[in-house]
Amino acid sequence: MRGAGIVAGVALRESVRRRVFVVVALLTVAFLGLYGLGVWRVSREVTEFGDFQSGVDGDVVAGATLLGLSMFATLFLGAILAVFLTLNAVRGDAERGLLQPLIVRPLGRGTFLLGRFAATAGVCVTYTVFVFLASVVITNLFIDWWPDRLFVPAFQMAVAVAVLAALALGGSVLLSSTANGIAIFMLFGAGLTAGLLGQIGEALSSETLQDVSQVTSWILPFEAHYQNALSQITADTFGFSRFAIDLGPFGGAQEFGWFLWPFTALYLGAIAFGALAAFRRRDL
Amino acid sequence: MAGVPDALAVEDLRKRYGANEALKGVDLTVGEGELVGLLGPNGAGKSTLVKIACGLVQQTSGSAAVAGAPAGSLPANRSLGYLAELFRFPDWLAADELLQLHQKLVESRGGAAERRELLELVGLGEVPDRRVGQMSKGMQQRLGIAQAMLGEPKLLMLDEPTSALDPAGRRTVRELLETLRSRGVAVLLNSHLLSEVELVCDRVVMIARGEVVAAGAPEELSRAGGVEVTTGRGVRHFAQATREELPRIVRELVAEGEDVYEIRVLRSSLEDVYLELVGGR
Repeated sequence: MRGAGIVAGVALRESVRRRVFVVVALLTVAFLGLYGLGVWRVSREVTEFGDFQSGVDGDVVAGATLLGLSMFATLFLGAILAVFLTLNAVRGDAERGLLQPLIVRPLGRGTFLLGRFAATAGVCVTYTVFVFLASVVITNLFIDWWPDRLFVPAFQMAVAVAVLAALALGGSVLLSSTANGIAIFMLFGAGLTAGLLGQIGEALSSETLQDVSQVTSWILPFEAHYQNALSQITADTFGFSRFAIDLGPFGGAQEFGWFLWPFTALYLGAIAFGALAAFRRRDL
Repeated sequence: MAGVPDALAVEDLRKRYGANEALKGVDLTVGEGELVGLLGPNGAGKSTLVKIACGLVQQTSGSAAVAGAPAGSLPANRSLGYLAELFRFPDWLAADELLQLHQKLVESRGGAAERRELLELVGLGEVPDRRVGQMSKGMQQRLGIAQAMLGEPKLLMLDEPTSALDPAGRRTVRELLETLRSRGVAVLLNSHLLSEVELVCDRVVMIARGEVVAAGAPEELSRAGGVEVTTGRGVRHFAQATREELPRIVRELVAEGEDVYEIRVLRSSLEDVYLELVGGR
């Protein structure tokens, strides 16, 4: 564990020295500023919307939809961080000659992977939870609405980016930097597409589309966690407001039940096992 | 020294990359405190051998052990220091920071004193705060040697450690190797510079096409090359003559009325032997 801590520390220091966090912080401030502007503009329309739709709480619909949008963007930003912090962790660094001086130390390849994962997942999870909570606060500043659940969706978003970080790190063992980056973003896109298909399937009552969405979300469980997080923010919302949210782009999210947790643990374990087996066989 | 394992023991080591057999059953030992030079042309398998010993490459068959522990295992890695032929250090780290990082990884207790001493030894004592990205290739190579020496390894494996160094830098490394030998550190030196190997190594192993083609002390490998005598009528060469025959040759020449000005006993250099064994390409 000591070795993993050293490797994680180096990865974090590199991000600090290369001003990765400064860039991320500036862009996040810009994103949250734009999000706040959007929420403020929408908040001015909400009263009118509520008056015309009997039984629909305009604040709830607007708040849930906007936060859903923010969660989509947050997951995307978390995915970018996860990919760029890991895309060349193994093969890319080995090709550049950066990895060999570390691996010949009494460290162990598994410890190296663990350290890199700890650093990346730590940064991505912290970032995702922070941006999610900031979005919640910004939403409430302009619209009188709080999500029905706060910490469970935050945690599920965090797990979603941790899964993406694991996939990106695992990919870095097998693929070159560019190929790995492309592969992970394609997987990310496939997961989001599956989620959209599921929502379309629900709107059209198409079991086939919903089945495709379900299966894909199990194969790419970051999407399942994202869907769960989306559904949790309106978990206690019913009636016409629920109906109105379900019609929106981030409504109708599917829930995946308790089995998602052990499944995710097994999934991460399988990635770790596969990545380590491939890394141990790789000649450097 | 019964009971003390060799710093490096390689037995019937084979490595295959697809259809290409890079190592074809190599046997090699480096004893405690011994300085062994590894010579061979490009593609001979030298770097593969060193990488297997460091645990960076998996052998197809055979065994490699560092200080008695299987190559690549944590105990083996604890006993060795390594400088790769093609290496890079993070360009954002300062020289002292890099050594500090590797001290943590090897669990060295040397602290700042060890870092200072090693930087002095490789001629970087004046620039501990200079970032790797601001160093010349030669300075990075010297930093790499200092990094490899951290934690007092039993075996140091240096893969082309002087390829980017100027003559002064090469001399520094030669002196460093002699210091290491005096401290009992075993060194496997992989180098193309035959003169350098000849100057410092106790033993030389020549590899060609994945096989050991010659091994021994430099003076054993270099052979007698006859005697050359400069007389008033020019230079005369006695190809088969040895040192013991010098008095007789001089007597005969004088008896023939020759004036003898200079006598040289010739030996084939390591380079001649190398070119003869691995080919002149």
